[in-house]
Amino acid sequence: MTDTTVLELVSPSALLKSEPVEMVVVPGTDGNFGVLPKHSPMISTIRPGVIDIYAGGKVSERIFVAGGVAEVNPERCTILAEEAVPVADLKADEAQARLEKATADLKEASTAHDKANAERALDIARAQIAALTN
Amino acid sequence: MASLKDLRSRIASVKSTRKITSAMKMVAASKLRRAQDAAEAARPYAERMGTMLGRLATAVGSNEGAPKLLAGTGKDNVHLLVVFTADRGLCGGFNASIVKATRLKAKALVAEGKTVKLICVGRKGADALKREFGDNIVARYTGIEGKKGIDFSSASDVGDKVLALYEEGEFDVCTIFYNKFVSAISQVATAQQLIPFVGEEAAEQEEAAATSAVYDYEPSEEAILADLLPRNVGVQIFGAMLESSASEHGARMSAMDNATRNAGDMIDRLSIQYNRSRQAQITNELIEIISGAEAL
Repeated sequence: MTDTTVLELVSPSALLKSEPVEMVVVPGTDGNFGVLPKHSPMISTIRPGVIDIYAGGKVSERIFVAGGVAEVNPERCTILAEEAVPVADLKADEAQARLEKATADLKEASTAHDKANAERALDIARAQIAALTN
Repeated sequence: MASLKDLRSRIASVKSTRKITSAMKMVAASKLRRAQDAAEAARPYAERMGTMLGRLATAVGSNEGAPKLLAGTGKDNVHLLVVFTADRGLCGGFNASIVKATRLKAKALVAEGKTVKLICVGRKGADALKREFGDNIVARYTGIEGKKGIDFSSASDVGDKVLALYEEGEFDVCTIFYNKFVSAISQVATAQQLIPFVGEEAAEQEEAAATSAVYDYEPSEEAILADLLPRNVGVQIFGAMLESSASEHGARMSAMDNATRNAGDMIDRLSIQYNRSRQAQITNELIEIISGAEAL
């Protein structure tokens, strides 16, 4: 039996996933990192991107997250995501609409706060489209 | 003494009141179940966020350069109170208890010479507080609970507003007031300090400090903390909204249950009175007939 680590994926409204996995690749702010069992403890922020869950050496599940934070220790990997959707459920036209809305918002944004929000939305939309195209 | 006709119409009106209250009770019960599920589902996120922040907070400590949300502004002159109430009444002491707690706190702060600002979430709270603290209300939100329950985005709206005010230096300490859901018949008015961030008890923090030594941080403690603290504000507000909505439905359910029972008692009493006076009337008529017959 292969070693597993427990992946916990939590969004503000629910505990989405809590199950043992062989490996998971997380899109950290400083680059993707893979989490295998007995990973050294770390905490990292996450950029918008795709979490790849591996089973039997292959990607078994892909989940899109819109940013958040991950805590890794030898037994488990906890991901606090703001928004999480399986890549299979993403829609190309919705992502495109989101991109357009974010671009428009960014143009209209007057305060630094609005601008930062719009930029974040833009990043999320871009990452969604990127997730769909590969 | 009320006439028979009066009694009949009173009984009819109490009966229709009972119909309404029992229907409201049913509605509240089904909404309560959904709200309770939502509140329970949201707890893991808030809990994990709390432990992670506690660990980070002890790691960063109160170094200079610690984010303002953690260290505070160094003053406590202006207090912001965020009050969570319902949009609607008819839910027993739900709104009143939270408004009372807020009013006490606000009065105490004013007596200490501090400035109080208020954000009211829910129409009832704003209505009750505007007479006394009308000038202190900086923002109000209504219609938080939509058809599909509470959305995280409405919580982030409130959170963003709080953060924006904090960035502008509009207040030093932020406390939220909400009803914590214990059970359908018991809700506790709770005050919780939101800004500056307060971790869990000191003992737990020490424990966290012992384990935090081995953690790697990517990109850095400060960067993660700067990212996490504002998010925590939104999460805490979301949690408070969910607790408050579950409490509201619980309070309404038990209030309506009581009202239904009272209406039932009243109908029983009125029916007895109605039957008695009807019987008295019949007896009177009989006496009149008999005495009339005897007189002949």
